Amino acid sequence: MMARTLFSCAFVISLAGLAAAQPALRFPPSVEAGAAFSVSTAGSGDATLYVVGPGDALAHKVHLGENVAFAADELHNAGHYVAILVAGSSPQSVQFDVVASRKPAAISFLAKPSRLAVNRENGISGVAYIFDVFGNLMLKPEEVSFQLSDATGGAQSRSAASHEGVAWVQMNSAPKAGPAQFKAALDSVHATRVVEQVPGDPCSIRMSARPASGQRVLLQTDPVRDCSGNPVPDGTIVSFTETFQGRQSTVDVPLKRGVAETELPAENGAVISAAAGVVLGNEIRWSGR
Amino acid sequence: MRIANKLAPVLPLGGAILAAVLLSASTEPTVHVAPMDSVGPRPVEEQTQSSVIRDYLLAWQTMNETLSQNRTDQLDTVFVGKAREKLAETVHEQQSIGIETSYLPKSHDIKVVFYSPEGLSIQLLDEVEYDVDIKKGGQSIGSERVRARYVAVLSPTETRWKVRVLQGGTL
Repeated sequence: MMARTLFSCAFVISLAGLAAAQPALRFPPSVEAGAAFSVSTAGSGDATLYVVGPGDALAHKVHLGENVAFAADELHNAGHYVAILVAGSSPQSVQFDVVASRKPAAISFLAKPSRLAVNRENGISGVAYIFDVFGNLMLKPEEVSFQLSDATGGAQSRSAASHEGVAWVQMNSAPKAGPAQFKAALDSVHATRVVEQVPGDPCSIRMSARPASGQRVLLQTDPVRDCSGNPVPDGTIVSFTETFQGRQSTVDVPLKRGVAETELPAENGAVISAAAGVVLGNEIRWSGR
Repeated sequence: MRIANKLAPVLPLGGAILAAVLLSASTEPTVHVAPMDSVGPRPVEEQTQSSVIRDYLLAWQTMNETLSQNRTDQLDTVFVGKAREKLAETVHEQQSIGIETSYLPKSHDIKVVFYSPEGLSIQLLDEVEYDVDIKKGGQSIGSERVRARYVAVLSPTETRWKVRVLQGGTL
């Protein structure tokens, strides 16, 4: 008898629990940002439905038993949301996601550095964050293509799959100096940055000497180029050094139109050299001719 | 590792201060931070590790203060760009429907997944557990325990890392 009573009590409690568990509010687990959708409610009477998350907060007056319609763009910020249906003293709540829309609308593209020397392996980095039209980060993997085009028409292309909304690559700087267009593209969306590729350090220095007026010797370099043949920028310092009878004198001269030129005392037997940075040029032993 | 007892070895520079802050009240969330040894492509320096986590946790605190008091004056200290705009927009929406919402984290499980080559952005994932409480006229009208996965992107500024993207989703 006792056992039967216990069983009956348990059954009643179970039924009561089932009734209480009946959801009055049915949300899809996820909806696309900006999409119109509707949710069904159960019961009767009036209630207020609040939907809150860090990205959106809204309220709807609801007639229980009817659908609640959310207009397009009403929920447009991706995130995790809590919906609470307030009717009387027992609010009901559900959780759901708003996910980024499927179509990319913007790429936030960081290309660094904005200026670098030619021929640097993996010297340029590009980082692309992909956003939808509402500024939501698109977390599903996408194939982003990157292209670096230099002034001579040469181009390097790479693609990278995005992970958690970000894709990145590293590119080599081109052998030729000049501005390069660095582009990141996904579908019809793209972003472009300009990377200035400048000549590298001098590769070699070739100097010649000839007599000048007033017991002087005129020293002049050939046009100074980097190892890819790009003219080294004007202003780069070339140091001319003359050594004679144990004394040494040095003159620093900036390149002008790619050439460095100066005069030193013409001492028979003097050794004259030229250097720029770590590059040494040829040596000349001055013999008056 | 739990920050409550193992923060100092992981975040040596700011760790002691952060641990003290986190332990100062029992309501503070527990914070677990995955090792950042294999984060790439740029290695995360120790000082960056501690400052990024400190500023990210501060962002949650600021978000809670912002949305639970419907005030936007603190947002600029830790949010920037779209993240800042969206939170400010939510404050205005909450004001228009007469509610305030608190977001009180219970635990963070943080993993840094990307540090850009030039050091201008860092991305982390956070499996966070928090309580959402909605108030209307000062009275709670509903609350919910939430477990969600947040993606955050932070950028360095003059004074601190600021959150540029903060986006939640189901775990």
